[in-house]
Amino acid sequence: MAAKTYDRQNPAFYALLVALVVMAVGPIVMMLTTSLKLNVDIMSDSSSLLFMPTLRNYETALCDFLWYEADHITFCDKTFGRALVNSLISALVSTVLTLVMGCMAAYALVRFRFMGRDTVSLSTLAMRMVPPAVLLVPVFGIWTFQFGIDGTRAGIILVYVAMNLPFVIWILQSFIVQVPIQLEEAARMDGAGPFQVFFLVVLPLIKPGLAAAAIFTFRVAWNEFLLANALADRNSRTVPVTIVNSITEFDIDWGVIMATGMLLAVPPIIFTFVASRQIITGMTAGAVKG
Amino acid sequence: MQIANANRLTPYLFLAPAAVIMAVALLYPIGYMIYASFLDWNPSQRIGEAEFVGLRNYIGLLNDAAFLESFWVTIKFAAVVVTIEMVLGVGLALLLDRNIRGMSALRTLFILPMMIAPIVVGLMWRYMYHPSVGIFNKTLKSLGFDPIPWLSDGNWAFASVVIADVWQWTPFIFILSLAALQSLPQSAMEAARIDGATGWQQIVYIKLPLMMPVLIVTLLLRLIDAFKVLEVILVLTNGGPGLSTEILSLRISRTASEFRELGEAAAMSNYLLILLVILTFAMFAYNKAVEARTARLRKAAEEDL
Repeated sequence: MAAKTYDRQNPAFYALLVALVVMAVGPIVMMLTTSLKLNVDIMSDSSSLLFMPTLRNYETALCDFLWYEADHITFCDKTFGRALVNSLISALVSTVLTLVMGCMAAYALVRFRFMGRDTVSLSTLAMRMVPPAVLLVPVFGIWTFQFGIDGTRAGIILVYVAMNLPFVIWILQSFIVQVPIQLEEAARMDGAGPFQVFFLVVLPLIKPGLAAAAIFTFRVAWNEFLLANALADRNSRTVPVTIVNSITEFDIDWGVIMATGMLLAVPPIIFTFVASRQIITGMTAGAVKG
Repeated sequence: MQIANANRLTPYLFLAPAAVIMAVALLYPIGYMIYASFLDWNPSQRIGEAEFVGLRNYIGLLNDAAFLESFWVTIKFAAVVVTIEMVLGVGLALLLDRNIRGMSALRTLFILPMMIAPIVVGLMWRYMYHPSVGIFNKTLKSLGFDPIPWLSDGNWAFASVVIADVWQWTPFIFILSLAALQSLPQSAMEAARIDGATGWQQIVYIKLPLMMPVLIVTLLLRLIDAFKVLEVILVLTNGGPGLSTEILSLRISRTASEFRELGEAAAMSNYLLILLVILTFAMFAYNKAVEARTARLRKAAEEDL
């Protein structure tokens, strides 16, 4: 194939592009630089570009994981470290569970067609529309009084799985439809059972869809605040909850709080750079293809 | 015989886990909420002990000035935010729909703001709006202007919240409209160019009408999401000053946790849900109408042949 050629544009166009990129990324860069500053530097009036980067704020936030003694830490507040572990566990477990269940359900809906695609997309849309704030009261009541799983990671994971399932089923459906049925028939001819067909033939073919679904699920679970705040107790708090708790304090320690914010932002940022194509597919699948 | 049975059961086996989870943790809570909205219920009671009060919560809310205010703030917020984002997003997509190097890198950078946690977005903007250490007021001061009370004055606080949301979500509209633009039929564009249409004429008469179905869906998706915004505002202003930025989601969570009125919070949730149901149905009806229209047109075209 011949090399792709690009049109030349005038300089004003490139200036606009640069301005847009600065606007999109600027606040994130600013958070990063602030998290690398001492509070003296944050408060000073002088220009913000000249400072000695330091990891102190990260050391303070992650003090219970340090393998060395940081001499500026006099008292180690373990809240954030514990929250990070909680966040990781609940996001990862709920992602895995959602994907497994979502895949199976999507496959059944596509291949055995005992419900129209319309019904499914209508109910997905309906579920997408439910704001987390609406789930707040009932989930709190039910989890506390009926299931007795308030304040546990299992309780939080259960809500996240339920919240994400409709979207995951919807996305995966559009990928499974594209798998040629002949492949499955051939496998069945060779003596594979329905479960073997599903795990050994279909799953490997819809990897891009799985990636998109996994990223979206992980992101929702990792970023969610409201329900985690209502359900979690001291030991199962996730990172967003601890961040919100620490900014309602009177005296905000900007350096440390920006470091925790940065740590919370890192996994989604990594996903964006690694799999932006899948993310865009997932985002546009709903609207553009219909 | 047994194999045939297993085959018939397979779809149910595949569906069961997802169906059970959704029934237990999504449908049941929603039903529970509808029931709870008819109760006078506080968090220390079991639901069975709560008193049944009929429609009192709903009627009380309609006479509650604070609730009406936050309902109005929610609608104002959604309308303003979605309008600005649509104009900016579609405009940028039309402008940047060119054959340039590094377009995919650009798109990657643009989706960053929506991937990171809303809590973190709120945090960044709160820092930038900070009266003394924030970049906006620092810049204003060094240029000799008066500092702006970003988060402490009602009107400015609303504007600040809108700006933060526009920053986070304009890329969503941009990416969807860019995808729509790039999937337009090239033949239509070429025909317009040959007929001598100027750039503006191409945009107004060819591109925008052809993009319209995607734009409407994008608009409604964004509108639905705008009603769900909570964390950014919580971190930035916590609804204040006064009630100037207290959107409905925030009020629901405060009614439940601070005022301990679960029944009232549930009734509020129901009002919000009704609003969203109307929007969603509008979207679905529109989709159906468009499908019907294209089907009719195709049929007419086939009959002409």
